[in-house]
Amino acid sequence: MTDTPSLITTERGARALSASGAWTVANVEQLERLCAGVSPELKETIDLSGVTALDTVGAWLFEKLARGATGSSEAIFVGASPAYAGLLSEVRGLNRGEPGRKRRENAFVEWLTRMARDLVADSAAFLHMLGAISFALGRVLRRPRSFRLTPTVYQLGRVGWQAIPIMALITFLIGAIIAQQGIFHFRKFGAESYVVDMVGILVLREIGVLIVAIMVAGRSGSAYTAELGSMKMREEIDALSTMGLDPVSVLILPRVLALIVALPILAFLGSMAALYGGGLVAWLYGGMSPAIFIARLRDAVSVTHFEVGILKAPFMALVIGLVAACEGLKVKGSAESLGQQTTASVVKSIFLVIVLDGLFAVFFASIGM
Amino acid sequence: MAGDRIAIQVRDLVVGFGNRVVIDHLSIDVREGEILGLVGASGGGKSVLMRTLIGLLPKQGGQIDFPASANGDVAGRGVLFQQGALFSALNARQNVQFPLREAAHLSPSLLDEIANAKLEMVGLSADDGDKFPAELSGGMTKRVALARALALDPALLFLDEPTSGLDPIAAGEFDALIRTLQRTLGFTVFMITHDLNTLAAVCDRVAALADGRIAALGPLQQVLKSDHPWVRAYFHGARAQMLHLDA
Repeated sequence: MTDTPSLITTERGARALSASGAWTVANVEQLERLCAGVSPELKETIDLSGVTALDTVGAWLFEKLARGATGSSEAIFVGASPAYAGLLSEVRGLNRGEPGRKRRENAFVEWLTRMARDLVADSAAFLHMLGAISFALGRVLRRPRSFRLTPTVYQLGRVGWQAIPIMALITFLIGAIIAQQGIFHFRKFGAESYVVDMVGILVLREIGVLIVAIMVAGRSGSAYTAELGSMKMREEIDALSTMGLDPVSVLILPRVLALIVALPILAFLGSMAALYGGGLVAWLYGGMSPAIFIARLRDAVSVTHFEVGILKAPFMALVIGLVAACEGLKVKGSAESLGQQTTASVVKSIFLVIVLDGLFAVFFASIGM
Repeated sequence: MAGDRIAIQVRDLVVGFGNRVVIDHLSIDVREGEILGLVGASGGGKSVLMRTLIGLLPKQGGQIDFPASANGDVAGRGVLFQQGALFSALNARQNVQFPLREAAHLSPSLLDEIANAKLEMVGLSADDGDKFPAELSGGMTKRVALARALALDPALLFLDEPTSGLDPIAAGEFDALIRTLQRTLGFTVFMITHDLNTLAAVCDRVAALADGRIAALGPLQQVLKSDHPWVRAYFHGARAQMLHLDA
């Protein structure tokens, strides 16, 4: 007895098919070819007496052959061994329902509508979170004793104190690179001394705070999203609510406040590190003594430039914290969704930080700062 | 249709962790085409025995044979884990398709049809196939996990507490489903369960595991008459009495 499946036409009485061999998932490629090669007129009965092995896949292929028969009714099976009768009759009833597949619209239109819907939902969630945090803050202001100081300080240590070394290193390098590039290119015009103006204004107004905010979004925003997301997954947030505690004031307010306090400090330290890096390069690479660098810097920048930079920091922190909290609470049950929302949190908060920076630039320009 | 052929033959099996012996020279035969229910104390080694049979835990001694299947290959057995163990990144249909996809090259349309057929076999609709594990209820998760375990038409099915966490109605439906599918497809079932109703309704034979050995084995009525103290305590305790099993 061979196990190689076959499907041949016989002319025994009615037009009939005769199948043999192993109709199992292991041979499925061959089986699909066999079934595809059968023309519909040839099926009135299917003789299964030669079938040596049958599983659901094989039974379903027979069933499809039977349903595809042209004639007044579906083909009938004959000669099946009793062991397969149960499976064949089980399969008879399957997949009878109308395929519930939704009619697919234009994929691009679908994508656009989904994006638009997501944008609206995200904006609503963002505003809702802003409202919830303001509400929680209002409650704390009314009853200062309800403020959760310990977690806030703990978060401040995590997102502020522990972040100082890496922030200082990165901004130091950025400041050094800007100075080096400035000296290299300005030298052609003999305008090397203006490098101090460029480094000073650029770092204090834009780069210092922007680099730090982007780093914080990647470092702390992602951590917030992952923490809140896994708490959501493990129903810890629901547990808090059932104890009559507001998750926003317990979990989110301390985190966002810590960010709002930490980011200006980090931006200040980062700006100083960048100026230090710029000064060092101007001295070692450009041959400008530190005394001259500091004197020129004093002429070039004013407190206004510093104010413009540092004023943006708390707002950027608020945006990072809000996005991280929204995305964290959007996490569903699966591990994949946690990863997705963490990625979304970082991407969205960096995007919003840069947009916010642009809006501030317009605002400060119009008030003449 | 329990035959006389043996599906799993276990002889003198010893399994332990460090110095602690969990399974102590255990021998049991599982007959082809039967539903064998395994009961035992919590932490008494039921799961260890099952995981050893599946090959997830190493044995320290003894023999495990699968005389009915050629070499006890992985495709020949399906496992339903207690929590379902569905892949959370895949939807229900993709979970069912996963073993099929790995085993053979099916055309995408056939793959969908087979998966829908399997889901329908376990009492779900094709629309449920689009749901992700996180969106499924406990009973549905078990059903999808059963469909996945049955994807390759295994000759041997291992069930780890299939009705735990289900309400009595859902548990009863799941029992009936296992019984029906077993009659239709003719596979052998090795089932861990604490559900006395399941034991009574579904299992052809019951094995009681105590002190790392099989303390009693046979049809439920026979096991009920066992003199072993733990078996007596299990089946004739207050909770069991409430179910009037002895009647």
